[in-house]
Amino acid sequence: MLSLLLIVVPFLSALLLFVSKSKSTKQISLFSTIITFGIAVAAMFMVKHNPNTNLLQLDLNWIPSLGIHFNIEINMLSSLLVLLTAFLLPLIVLSAFKNEYANEHQFYGLMLMMQSALMGVFMTNDGFLFYVFWELALIPIYFICLLWGGENRAAITFKFFVYTLLGSLFMLVGLIYVYNHTNIDGMKSWNINALYEAGRSLNADQQGVVFWLIFIAFAIKMPIFPFHTWQPNTYVNAPTQGTMLLSGIMLKMGTFALIKWLLPLTPIGLQDCGHTAIILSVIGIVYASCIAIVQKDYKRLIAYSSIAHVGLISAGILTANQQGLQGAIMQMLAHGVNVVALFLIADILLRHTGTRELDKLGGIRNMNGNFAVLFLIVVLGSVALPLTNGFVGEFLLLSGVYKYNAAIAGFAGLSVILGAVYMLRSYQHIMLGERIDNHNTFGALATSDKAVLIIACIAIVAFGIYPAPLNSMAEQGIKELLAIIKPN
Amino acid sequence: MIKLIPLVPLFPLLGFLVNGFFGKKLSKSLSGSIASIAVLASFIISVLAFIELNGSTNKSNVIDVFSWINAGDLKIPFQFLYDNLSSLFLLIITGIGFLIHVYSTGYMHDDEGFSRFFTYLNLFVFFMLLLVLGNNYLITFVGWEGVGLCSYLLIGFWFKNTAYNNAAKKAFIMNRIGDLGFLLGIFLIYITFGSITYTDIFDKAGSVPTSTITAIALLLFVGAMGKSAQLPLYTWLPDAMAGPTPVSALIHAATMVTAGIFMVVRSNIFYSISDVASETVAIVGGITALFAACIGLLQNDIKKILAYSTVSQLGLMFLGLGVGAYSSAVFHVTTHAFFKALLFLGAGSVIHAMGGEQDIRKMGGLKGKIKITFLTMFIATIAISGLPPFSGFFSKDELLAHVYEHSKALWLVGMLTSILTAFYMFRMLYLTFYGKFRGTHEQEHHLHESPPSMTFPLIILAILSALGGLLGLPEFLHLPNWMHHQIGEVIIMKGKSLITLSHEVELILMCLAVAAAAASIFFAYNLYLKNKVLPVANESELKSWQRLIYNKFYVDEIYEALIRKPIDAVSDVLYKYVDVAIIDGVVNGVGSAVKGVGSVVRLAQNGNIGFYIISMIMGIVFIVLFTLLYR
Repeated sequence: MLSLLLIVVPFLSALLLFVSKSKSTKQISLFSTIITFGIAVAAMFMVKHNPNTNLLQLDLNWIPSLGIHFNIEINMLSSLLVLLTAFLLPLIVLSAFKNEYANEHQFYGLMLMMQSALMGVFMTNDGFLFYVFWELALIPIYFICLLWGGENRAAITFKFFVYTLLGSLFMLVGLIYVYNHTNIDGMKSWNINALYEAGRSLNADQQGVVFWLIFIAFAIKMPIFPFHTWQPNTYVNAPTQGTMLLSGIMLKMGTFALIKWLLPLTPIGLQDCGHTAIILSVIGIVYASCIAIVQKDYKRLIAYSSIAHVGLISAGILTANQQGLQGAIMQMLAHGVNVVALFLIADILLRHTGTRELDKLGGIRNMNGNFAVLFLIVVLGSVALPLTNGFVGEFLLLSGVYKYNAAIAGFAGLSVILGAVYMLRSYQHIMLGERIDNHNTFGALATSDKAVLIIACIAIVAFGIYPAPLNSMAEQGIKELLAIIKPN
Repeated sequence: MIKLIPLVPLFPLLGFLVNGFFGKKLSKSLSGSIASIAVLASFIISVLAFIELNGSTNKSNVIDVFSWINAGDLKIPFQFLYDNLSSLFLLIITGIGFLIHVYSTGYMHDDEGFSRFFTYLNLFVFFMLLLVLGNNYLITFVGWEGVGLCSYLLIGFWFKNTAYNNAAKKAFIMNRIGDLGFLLGIFLIYITFGSITYTDIFDKAGSVPTSTITAIALLLFVGAMGKSAQLPLYTWLPDAMAGPTPVSALIHAATMVTAGIFMVVRSNIFYSISDVASETVAIVGGITALFAACIGLLQNDIKKILAYSTVSQLGLMFLGLGVGAYSSAVFHVTTHAFFKALLFLGAGSVIHAMGGEQDIRKMGGLKGKIKITFLTMFIATIAISGLPPFSGFFSKDELLAHVYEHSKALWLVGMLTSILTAFYMFRMLYLTFYGKFRGTHEQEHHLHESPPSMTFPLIILAILSALGGLLGLPEFLHLPNWMHHQIGEVIIMKGKSLITLSHEVELILMCLAVAAAAASIFFAYNLYLKNKVLPVANESELKSWQRLIYNKFYVDEIYEALIRKPIDAVSDVLYKYVDVAIIDGVVNGVGSAVKGVGSVVRLAQNGNIGFYIISMIMGIVFIVLFTLLYR
């Protein structure tokens, strides 16, 4: 029941907004997302303390002839991603309060639609339903980017849409191929465990093909080098909340799906082809970090830094060991919070000064010390300083990669240095030094912005110092998953 | 009291929080007092716990705080280790930390960022305490990066100045280079031992292949090179002098920069096992010591002289570590903490008196004007120069005796360093305090001794600098060497740290060292006091070899040309050409190709039903033929 509520509450709220065109759109949205967050927290506690309750799962026969079920479940791993989605949505909604969007009931409605689909993606245990939610999530974000994006949005959004859709088709082919090999009492089935079994029954060549078909879809979604070129333009052009949804949550569709829908499906494929995929991921880390160094637009800089971060997450996942996978989960949670805060900061800069160009900014610390402190904490989380949330994930990821191959870990570890270079350089450009004449007054932060940044900063520090509550769930969930991947 | 050890880092953390959240609303004296008292409280507990530890037979206490990171077989508790090594560092950090807090209440009194300064300073003490208290490499690493952060914040304390900001950023990034090595070392330890907890792994080191131990030791040492400013990662430390002077004293002389030495001593078993690693440590340390001492000869900024001196002295400590003289190195860390903190604080007092002037060419004759500062700095200068009976003499002498036993060549490097040290330190002393005043009239009028809050720490540190040698009296004279016994407890392979030289050789070495230092001081005396030579005002008047030294061997420029610019250039190429032109070009190319094919194929959709039927029939014929032929 709870799992269904997580999909239904945002969906109905979205419908309500579309239909009623209420003047209190913002408040309704915020209220709805907070309710959803409450449900997610309750669900998480239940997973932890009472996992056998049937409140957490729902399995309805949908299209019996094809073995398709409406099957959603909150378990150890999915509850963490559900929690991330439910935690970020109120922040994203709140961060929009200071922007006046035309047709705002549609804008907020689409965000809630998106949440509904994302919840489905993370919870579903049915391959077909997974594909449906996967594509459903694309539709609201497509419209958000298309209707409220910046200049040149039509061409950029089109490219993004076609690119990811193309990837999804590869995935669909891969999944159908595996589906055709399923056999539950003589029937085919889209059930995840049936798919796992069918996937593992394939020979090495078949698994290799399936691995690449599905990996490409996820690689485009995350994105992984060299499938990333849609990302910077889309991130920069999308309205801030669109960028937050894309980077904070949608990116995790790719990484989470890699864990849930690829590793257990093709273990031999992973053994044979995983190495190449890891190499690509790790190249992406250093490549994107270098490019981030020379960016002039702060939003684009964060976009590239996000490619670097997700490269490490992907590499950690593909090592398929406890530390790499667990680190990936922890880093997904941390990155979600940090990147949303960073994109809000980019938005604040633009609203307060009219620009995001590093060369035109400077000395803001002189005018708003509190903003400087909050910004700095987010930067530190992003460069994974110990006792911030970013560190736990990064440390586990790198130790997982090191276990896999020391040299690759050394190369991936360059991000530790390069990340500090681009984050500190840009922070200095924007905040430190003498104030620049063209924006003599920066002004106080709006209450909604301040609230988002403070909540993000609390999360950054709290889960850096005491990650155990989330970490123990990630540990448990990954252990269960590894038992499927490596049964011995 | 040992159970209360978690309070030691907790007090500065509380001080940080109070000042961080409410500092702006507090009065300056309250804000400064809170910060100072927080560190004082930590010091008192440290002392009491230290007494208890010394009276107890249990020398290694593990204190659990909470469970931190668990990932399968990788278990990292938040756990402290209180033993002879960490207890000593606790005393140094909180003791000197407290004195420098008190000093700062005077030094920073007129600064608008007063409470912010103490916020950072308390945070620094907190992280530094974590660093030495951790019972596993990751807690040490937390402190390690944390002090790096505070160093970053404090170097760039005056954040309106771009040069200071650059210095701060440089320090952070250069430290991160070392940190990556440290991190990889931690991973290798985990892979090798299945744990990173000190009390679990050191006993097992003997059963691991030496090549693995060498790799671990070298990776950890990369971290130490960054934090403790050794070649080639030292250039951040002289630049770090951009921070307020108390910061230079606490972070960039007495505590943080000795973290690398702490870490090597903590990991001593790895270096005792691996000769390759310990040789590397000794050679890097020796070269750094001599190299930095050379640069120190011709610097004119009083803080830069001390900065290069610090790099050089840290090099000496690593030289000692490399030859297995762990307790001598810790002894030198201790005495160095006394006299170098004093020198920096004294320099701060001079700068304070001179109204911000740091160039010793514009000083002179301050001896009579600021007597306490002069006397205390005089003691520190003798101590660092290695003249008996002051502290530096004992620690340096013991260290060099070990080096002599190990390698005569490295001993010579150490001796040369000592000679140069004595020279540049007395050069600084003479030019600052003797002769005629060379500053402006206004400055001369302004000259005054610093307030008691600043001179009190100077006096305490001067006493410690003078008497610190008592901690480690020479054993060959049948005197008690407390330090050796204290640190001996944490040295796992003891064979390496014993001196087997005959008493005569040790005595000769000792006399030689004193004579060399005295000669060097006499040379400086002749040059700067008797002949009244002054450093030239313009660089162009220097001889070419002098110019090389004066410009610090152009290392910064070389790094700029070989590392920074290429990275920027490559990144630019990656962005503009590889990313936008090639990769995205291919993507767009595929897109246009599809579009192109589409626009051609589109012509087939012409609405003519006859055409469709003919195409269909042709298709069927083709399929039938194909299947028949290939059956």
